[in-house]
Amino acid sequence: MADSYYDSKDLRNFPKISEWSEELGEKFFDYYGKVFEKGALSEREKSLIALAVAHVVKCPYCIDAYTQDGLQRGITKEEMMEAVHAGAAIEAGANLVHATQMMKKYNKLSH
Amino acid sequence: MATKSLLARNKLIAKAEKQLEYLANGMFKNGELPTFQKKLQLTNNFPLKPKKLEILQLNLGYMCNQVCEHCHVDAGPDRKEIMTQETMEACLKVIQKTNAHTLDLTGGAPEMNPNFRWFVEEAAKAGIQDFIVRSNLTIIQANKKYYDLPNFFKKHKVHVVSSMPHWTKGKTDKQRGDGVFDKSIKALQQLNAIGYGMPESELKLDLVYNPSGAFLPGNQAALEADFKKALFEDFGIHFHQLFAITNLPISRFLDYLIASENYEDYMYNLVDAYNPAAVKNVMCRNTLSVSWDGWLYDCDFNQMLEMKVDSKVQHISDYDETELQNREICISQHCYGCTAGAGSSCQGNVV
Repeated sequence: MADSYYDSKDLRNFPKISEWSEELGEKFFDYYGKVFEKGALSEREKSLIALAVAHVVKCPYCIDAYTQDGLQRGITKEEMMEAVHAGAAIEAGANLVHATQMMKKYNKLSH
Repeated sequence: MATKSLLARNKLIAKAEKQLEYLANGMFKNGELPTFQKKLQLTNNFPLKPKKLEILQLNLGYMCNQVCEHCHVDAGPDRKEIMTQETMEACLKVIQKTNAHTLDLTGGAPEMNPNFRWFVEEAAKAGIQDFIVRSNLTIIQANKKYYDLPNFFKKHKVHVVSSMPHWTKGKTDKQRGDGVFDKSIKALQQLNAIGYGMPESELKLDLVYNPSGAFLPGNQAALEADFKKALFEDFGIHFHQLFAITNLPISRFLDYLIASENYEDYMYNLVDAYNPAAVKNVMCRNTLSVSWDGWLYDCDFNQMLEMKVDSKVQHISDYDETELQNREICISQHCYGCTAGAGSSCQGNVV
């Protein structure tokens, strides 16, 4: 048993989650596969979105996976970093927009 | 960036037997991953047998003006293995009677062979359908004596296939050496100027893309579209096709994988991406590779691992196409590189 919560090798076992719940696992992986197919957005664009979200949800497996996926698609490090900033800006914005609630409450409670 | 081959640096991994030993050990020995033979057996593809011969690939020597990080040949300026005129003559006899429709000259930089031009002139007379020279582009500007290569290629209707790891300077130079990107761009512009790679042109100019690191190539068509857009918008360059080739875990790329602690993950990726459909069209089934000293191999990679064809006929001087068609193809774990995803060959994807 690894002595840390995350082991990069565990990503290799991701498909095995279907072994304990075949139907749900298969439905998830079918859906997952379909989502990342070329559609109105290119696979390249979807890869960059996935990379940004991977950082927002702070999933180390997803960061490994979509950094590699980006490299495979010829995505440059500059593009990757900009995508991460886009995610980070939304995350920071989501935090800061709550400041309006603080301001409202502050004003209501104050003379 | 290294400036010498593994061989010149006296690295143990330069030896083919050491590479094969490494590929047979670790997770393949302890059963964590299936060997390539086991995988073929599980998918009813063992033994691997040749189909009709289509491509004759000749390695004119391991000398090269570049020392690329991923090079499976371990080529470089210090390599002295060069095909002699005598071996070329034996090759010409074969070229005249082969049923293969494609002749593919590679190296090293094949142009550095002192008899290169004579050989191309003679080989072109055989009227083979597709005559490829794998040119690294920078050779055209390496020395005055190579400046007229584009016109020489044109005169003999040679199909030029050149490596280009990325459409950006940084990535290209990191893999292939400082200044390679600028020189390659200049060479591509020169080739375009005489008609190579232009839309509708019969002068074929294709690019080869190898990933610049421990990852597999992505979708070939998407990469081709990105390369075409970037090279045209930034430099006005045209080319025909992009071949996405997987780096095989041998020679300098294997050395890099081990040193960067990426070997295990890379092999897992290759095995996970095994595609039985790619096995049907894998290049060793329609290709024969001839080394600088005339020995025959199932492919250029087996040549570097010194795995000669499993046949009574092993040398170009004894060439017998019918006999060779009956052989079984020699395999090891490096073969996973050609069966991953959409497959990989010297002509790109195979699926």
